[in-house]
Amino acid sequence: MTAPLLDVRDLHVEFRTREGVARAVNGVDLRLHPGETLAVLGESGCGKSVTAQAIMGILDTPPAHVTGGQVLYQGVDLLRLPENERRKVRANRIAMIFQDALSALNPVYTVGFQLAELFRVHRGTSRGDAKRRAVELLDMVHIPDAKRRVKDYPHQFSGGMRQRVMIAMALALDPEVLIADEPTTALDVTVQAQIMRLLAELQRERNMGLMLITHDMGVVADVADRIAVMYAGKVVEEAPVYDIYARPAHAYTKALLESIPRLDHKGRALNVIRGLPPALTDVPRGCAFHPRCAYAREICRQETPPAYQIAPQRIASCHFVREVLGV
Amino acid sequence: MFRFIVRRLLQMVVTFFGATFVVYALMFAYVDDPYQALVGDRPITDAQRAALDARFHLDDGFFQQYWHYIRGLLTGDLGETITGRSIGDLLAQAWPVTIRLALLSIVIAAVVAVGAGVLSGIRRGGAFDTVTLVLTLIVLAMPIVVLAPLAQLVLGIQLGWFPPTAGRDAGLYELLLPALVLGSLVIATELRVTRTSVAENLRADYVRTARAKGLAPKRVIGVHVLRNSLIPVITLIGVDIGVLMSGAIVTEGVFNIPGVGFNLFRGIRAEDGPLVVGFVSVLIIVFLVINLIVDLVYAALDPRIRYE
Repeated sequence: MTAPLLDVRDLHVEFRTREGVARAVNGVDLRLHPGETLAVLGESGCGKSVTAQAIMGILDTPPAHVTGGQVLYQGVDLLRLPENERRKVRANRIAMIFQDALSALNPVYTVGFQLAELFRVHRGTSRGDAKRRAVELLDMVHIPDAKRRVKDYPHQFSGGMRQRVMIAMALALDPEVLIADEPTTALDVTVQAQIMRLLAELQRERNMGLMLITHDMGVVADVADRIAVMYAGKVVEEAPVYDIYARPAHAYTKALLESIPRLDHKGRALNVIRGLPPALTDVPRGCAFHPRCAYAREICRQETPPAYQIAPQRIASCHFVREVLGV
Repeated sequence: MFRFIVRRLLQMVVTFFGATFVVYALMFAYVDDPYQALVGDRPITDAQRAALDARFHLDDGFFQQYWHYIRGLLTGDLGETITGRSIGDLLAQAWPVTIRLALLSIVIAAVVAVGAGVLSGIRRGGAFDTVTLVLTLIVLAMPIVVLAPLAQLVLGIQLGWFPPTAGRDAGLYELLLPALVLGSLVIATELRVTRTSVAENLRADYVRTARAKGLAPKRVIGVHVLRNSLIPVITLIGVDIGVLMSGAIVTEGVFNIPGVGFNLFRGIRAEDGPLVVGFVSVLIIVFLVINLIVDLVYAALDPRIRYE
């Protein structure tokens, strides 16, 4: 396998608030290769968005502090770069799109202005050229009548079109890595599929690494090459997409898969994971999932499970990997 | 945009007639015996009363009087005060100095409030924010009847930095001290609103996007946050211009500036109906025009309003 584009090692992020310290990310390891789609899957509050924002370096400090680890982009640790160097990485090398494109776009500027701004600030392009590039970008994401729509404001676009604008903005400077933070959550299902197809198409054309953050198992199955499942600020299982659906190796992943509604289970009670994810100010000792886990035994309450390499490219942090796998 | 302006202008006409009617009715009800107010303690003969009645239509009914007034207004004739001076002339003397004073003080207030508000909004809880919080509280707590004479005494007389009074033809320098005092009426609120608005916008999603675009903090704040944050502040500044033009009674009194507030106060005391109604009518027009300008600026700043 080629060297990873993006290599996140043992990343720690905490939020220092008056109510206490919330450990949102507790040692995340992730790798992303060119042309690959890595899905980062997890419930709300598991630290997946914080991980993404830490990679981008756009966390609000304070309250958020990156307290440890490395974010290697082509071998360079972004966390050690001075801010003005790091700024050049954003949008140029690593770009990001957000969940709700309506609030993520500035309401008082035209989309043309917000697209052209990238060329003007990063490339020093002239006003006219930047505007032309903005139209090309809207064309690229298949927005009809781009020449006219470039003068419109975000609220004049439909939800799907707005997310296309976001994508155009993220890809303006040809980044090698795109982080998509729940890009389709705010959209209805048919539009979701269109946006995912567009992302896949653009990724293929550019051989871009795509990190797709989501809680939607359906979206993951369609587009991801690999999956990293996060729980309480940690990656608990990592595997190629087919393997994880066929044979999950972590009790949490297994419970997640079993909680997907299925047509052939019509009439039966839906499986749910009992309880709530832990508060990040008070993550349980041992395996963070043990209070909700059907496999939990004494060791889970005492010892943090190590990351077991169970196959090439497959890692799971569970004391009872064998039992979960059923071997 | 054109239709927006036309609609606003039509609204202004309706508001103008409604507001002048209310003011006229209130003044009609308030004035008890203007003749006595005019002559003081001396007795007044029936012949004199009759002459005054004829001159000011005071024996007519309310609606007839209102009609006379509106007709005069539409032909540009504001009538005379009960002491026989042309209201048009009085207005022409009072307005220029009041407008200069109000504009100077709103410019000072807005520049200081927006500047300091943005800074303290960016670093909430920092030293600068805390100091401005305390200062604005002091200014807010200080009534203008205290602040105006105090400023005049200390800065005008004892230290001699500013001229202690300003007359009718006062220049910008003479008006600086009264403008500062007057501006203190509005500066605190404008500052707090700017601060809150900036702090709120800094947490907005589009700011995160702007940072993800690799923009420098200067540009994120100066281009993205500022324009969004100023929308509520602009509205407030617009309202404040009106407040400053009409509310300068104490300041104009202390600094001896014969402006609008000064005349209005005198008119109310003397039960001079025509004077009060004349000045208030012009104030209403000023308020309406300023509000129209504010709405236009508002629409220019926030595209979401234009297309509603």
